[in-house]
Amino acid sequence: MANMAKLLEVRGLRTSFATAAGLVRAVDGVSWDVHPGETVALVGESGCGKSVSALSVMRLIDPPAGRIEDGAILYKGQDLLSLSEQEMRQVRGREIGMVFQEPMTSLNPVVTIGRQLTEGLELHVKMDSAAARTRAIELLGMVGIPDGERRLSQYPHQFSGGMRQRMMIAMALACRPSLILADEPTTALDVTIQAQILELLRDLSRRFGVAMLIITHNLGVVARYADRVNVMYAGRIIERAAAAALYARPRHPYTLGLLRSVPRLDQPTRERLLPIEGQPPDLTRLPPGCAFAPRCAFRVARCDAEAPSLNEVDGAEHLAACWESSRLAGGARA
Amino acid sequence: MTQALLEVSNLVKHFAVGGWRGGKAATVRAVDGVSFQITRGETLGLVGESGCGKTTVGRCILQLERPTGGRIVFDGADLTGLAQHDLRAVRRKMQVIFQDPYSSLNPRMTIGEILSEPLKVHRLVPGRAEREARVRELLLQVGLLAQHARRYPHQLSGGQRQRVGIARALAMEPSLIVCDEPVSALDVSIQAQIINLLEDLQARLGLTYLFIAHDLSVVRHISDRVAVMYLGRIMELADRRALYEEPLHPYTRALLSAVPIPDPSLEAGRERVVLRGEVPSPLNPPAGCVFHPRCPLAEARCAASVPGLREIKPGHWAACHLVDPIA
Ligand SMILES: Nc1ncnc2c1ncn2[C@@H]1O[C@H](COP(=O)(O)OP(=O)(O)OP(=O)(O)O)[C@@H](O)[C@H]1O
Ligand SMILES: Nc1ncnc2c1ncn2[C@@H]1O[C@H](COP(=O)(O)OP(=O)(O)OP(=O)(O)O)[C@@H](O)[C@H]1O
Ligand SMILES: [Mg+2]
Ligand SMILES: [Mg+2]
Repeated sequence: MANMAKLLEVRGLRTSFATAAGLVRAVDGVSWDVHPGETVALVGESGCGKSVSALSVMRLIDPPAGRIEDGAILYKGQDLLSLSEQEMRQVRGREIGMVFQEPMTSLNPVVTIGRQLTEGLELHVKMDSAAARTRAIELLGMVGIPDGERRLSQYPHQFSGGMRQRMMIAMALACRPSLILADEPTTALDVTIQAQILELLRDLSRRFGVAMLIITHNLGVVARYADRVNVMYAGRIIERAAAAALYARPRHPYTLGLLRSVPRLDQPTRERLLPIEGQPPDLTRLPPGCAFAPRCAFRVARCDAEAPSLNEVDGAEHLAACWESSRLAGGARA
Repeated sequence: MTQALLEVSNLVKHFAVGGWRGGKAATVRAVDGVSFQITRGETLGLVGESGCGKTTVGRCILQLERPTGGRIVFDGADLTGLAQHDLRAVRRKMQVIFQDPYSSLNPRMTIGEILSEPLKVHRLVPGRAEREARVRELLLQVGLLAQHARRYPHQLSGGQRQRVGIARALAMEPSLIVCDEPVSALDVSIQAQIINLLEDLQARLGLTYLFIAHDLSVVRHISDRVAVMYLGRIMELADRRALYEEPLHPYTRALLSAVPIPDPSLEAGRERVVLRGEVPSPLNPPAGCVFHPRCPLAEARCAASVPGLREIKPGHWAACHLVDPIA
């Protein structure tokens, strides 16, 4: 996989927000990539910088408070940070599609479903209105909304939550993008609908060879759908590996803690859960060393003084940012 | 059998909606004939998809909602027949913990004030100094520190606020706590802390829980018995082990197979029942078995008549025409 051309490569990205409480280092020097056709996950707790990472790729960080301070975002070899706003709109419309957590915030409530779908097709791929209409009906069918003809004249509020999310996926797919950024695409949905949507995303990505970045805090979703996983904590990536390796042999204490703290349907019930103690850190007051150190069971003196960088721990594909990661090499004990 | 602390029989709650702007009035059948019991010291899990009526069941039990029909007997007293004055005393023994700790705490009161107010109003602890001591005790009991009493809700993290919500419920010395999605809004690493706390308190204080949630893994962990709801009805009710290892209802099976397991090697080989379609509206529930339009096994009789909740094996109840009693 390492020698395959990269579709998207994020290098040393640093995005921050100026707030009354101080500078929030939401994304603090992260690098990750996506190869053509693969599904990569970004997981981590609330506020660790997952959405800001995706929004930075789309250049949707609101100035003046929000700012991409440093880094490069190479899409098919070209740095998106050097594009004009005009060129960037083309990228957003037809190269990279985005599916947001709460579809109502990104669908226009007063514009029909049909118009929202055809607009992009007419604008970005220069279809005439009849062709765009036909394609819109085809797209609705593709995401499992039958009776597309009639649906085109409806408004978002007439759709259920699951249908709105399908609609978002249809919009993201409309112009045949090479990459989809899916930010918590199913968190607001019920488990049975969640399963429908995720299966749909996976089918479509396989059928059309679309690569996907899935953002989620659900470790189960990642296990089912991702090829590779990046675990974030406090604005940094602390572990990266192929999904199978990450679950079988986590090498960062935070990943291990996350995996241990959730009850699992496939395991015998336990008397007590094993939580990660303490609270996630305040991003305006990050400690000088490792941000996870105050909650870490493997902490040594060095952790408070010096932040570890993301290094290979088991071949070139498994990286962890931990001074003590060799102590976790024995494999995860449940 | 040990005596039930709570007995819900044939509970019905309908809401009238519409009837404005020329639309005609309609009825939401939020809860449509729900029965269960909870034994003292036990945790009953209540699961089901959004809108199936879980919160409404909880609110009816707490008397925050007036049932359309059915009976709720708590600690020997029939709540549906109680006078207002007697109801008040009983109600104190039933407390609730909400999903969103932030919106349920008054932002202008300190944590200390939030906790001491009910002690004063209900005359549980008369003197000021005694109240302060009790607040300190409550804070320590839920894993907070005495100095947290001086903080405001916005100065606490989500997990800490949920601890305050739990302390507030404990202040009334309840015997039953309705936990309505108590960890859904919390981070994964904090969820386990709160679940452990709820279990410790139950063991220490002999509490009884109705634990409402949509996360089936969490419910399995904490519950002794579990009820599965769909469109206002109970589809299956059994002890934890039987429900998760030998589910009888096709809906329960589909729900369980939809839960992803955090292990890619297991996931690869897992059988999946992906349900067609969406949950129908409780404004116009399907005839017959409410689940039949999405059921992979549905037959003609499923659309024709409503299956009752039957005891298929000892203690294992299911509402499905296709499940045969096992002798
Ligand atoms: N517009 C903004 N102004 C100030 N701070 C912001 C802004 N947007 C995000 N942040 C902060 O940046 C950090 C990262 O936010 P982000 O939305 O990326 O988190 P996340 O990992 O997506 O979390 P969640 O799982 O809750 O969606 C958070 O601490 C957040 O408060
Ligand atoms: N006051 C009300 N007026 C009208 N309809 C209501 C009212 N309260 C609840 N409902 C409806 O009753 C049904 C059951 O709602 P309830 O909140 O009990 O579901 P729930 O299972 O708790 O769902 P969730 O998992 O989303 O919390 C829903 O269709 C809801 O819209
Ligand atoms: Mg986010
Ligand atoms: Mg509810």
